[in-house]
Amino acid sequence: MGGYFDAATATPLHPVAREAMLAALTDGWADPGRLYPEARRARQLVDAALSVVAEILGERPERVHATPGGGEAAGYAVAGVRRGRRRIGGTVVRSAVEHSSVIKAVGGDAVEIPVDRLGRVSADAFAAAVREPGVAMAALMSANHEVGTRQPVAEVARACHEAGVPLYVDAAQTVPWEPVPTGWDLLSMSARKWGGPAGVGFLVLRPGVRWVDPRPALPPVNIPLLVGAAAALRAVRADADRQAKRLSALVDRIRAVVPAGVPDVEVVGDPVDRLPHVVTFSCLYVDGEALLHALAREGFAVSSGSACTADTLRPSHVLAAMGVLTHGNVRISLHPGTAEADVDRFLAVLPGVVAALREEAGVSGL
Amino acid sequence: MSVAEELDCRGMRCPLPVIHLARALPGVAIGDVVRVLATDPAAAVDIPAWCRMRNQEYLGEPAEGAYDVRRRS
Repeated sequence: MGGYFDAATATPLHPVAREAMLAALTDGWADPGRLYPEARRARQLVDAALSVVAEILGERPERVHATPGGGEAAGYAVAGVRRGRRRIGGTVVRSAVEHSSVIKAVGGDAVEIPVDRLGRVSADAFAAAVREPGVAMAALMSANHEVGTRQPVAEVARACHEAGVPLYVDAAQTVPWEPVPTGWDLLSMSARKWGGPAGVGFLVLRPGVRWVDPRPALPPVNIPLLVGAAAALRAVRADADRQAKRLSALVDRIRAVVPAGVPDVEVVGDPVDRLPHVVTFSCLYVDGEALLHALAREGFAVSSGSACTADTLRPSHVLAAMGVLTHGNVRISLHPGTAEADVDRFLAVLPGVVAALREEAGVSGL
Repeated sequence: MSVAEELDCRGMRCPLPVIHLARALPGVAIGDVVRVLATDPAAAVDIPAWCRMRNQEYLGEPAEGAYDVRRRS
């Protein structure tokens, strides 16, 4: 596990989640909608899990909805507000660097707010866009999953509030580490990002938001997954301050050491106002896919925003919106199981890996 | 504006168009323009980004899939 650096996609399952899920498999098999004791036990597990999540967010449990994943939560957030505010309009104001699931959920009736070189929207531009007529809602992530840059959510939330436009915040990347910025009306998150199981997300609604549930029928609750997600979130948040500090220092080290050891590399994203565990850089003239494979041979699992690593063969929309190099791209995302020695080994190996690929392609010194 | 050299990188995947540009630019005079033809969608981002990193002047996309760069240094 030492070289697993793709926590922003999926964090290794927290041991507490595993235990909680095993217990829930034994105890939570009954239909929670029935009236016998077995059902009551299942219902208690569901209620307890939702309460844990709600308490961490400072919300009431009935406002927390479990979903089959973070992407689904995004879809329900957008579709539900569009239904609820149909008479006002269907346009969604969103940043150019939202997660692909949000961009897909919003679709074509969108106003896209560009980002600067660091990947941050201008709060003023966002505010101006939400004041236009016909806006159903605004969508802004708490921090970017590819480059780590935090977004000015509190400032945008004030503008949305003044304009009477609900704000949906995709908090998937920050929820494991820190309290959610204030002012959101809808919030989504994904358990896989904090060491919970895959296949569980949450949509949280603040009172007063006009949201009409777009789901044709409520799906049955997967109780073990829900219980595991809540247990992992509680465990991760209990240790979040310490871990965030530790991982952020490791990211600082990567940000400093990579450009010192590798020529022609661009480390992107905000160096300071960022996620504690994510860092992204691009190596000039290097093929992203070849770089991923070479790092995998050294025992490192990373992801990339380069076109050649995507199913679509298009470069990452985040890197493109920032105007930074998209080829030779590597995203590293650390997790509580990452040891300092793992990062040291990566930093020791990377210069040789990049140099060998450049040598092979005949681009050394270009 | 006259184009001193045109590089046909159509059908090539990134980073090849940028590599061809980096190889060709020192061969033209300072102030001259190299045009890169590329079909890879990454070229639209990577050519301007390369110009910024290498302090060359990106002039824009005069037609779809054509990118003009002026040698500045």
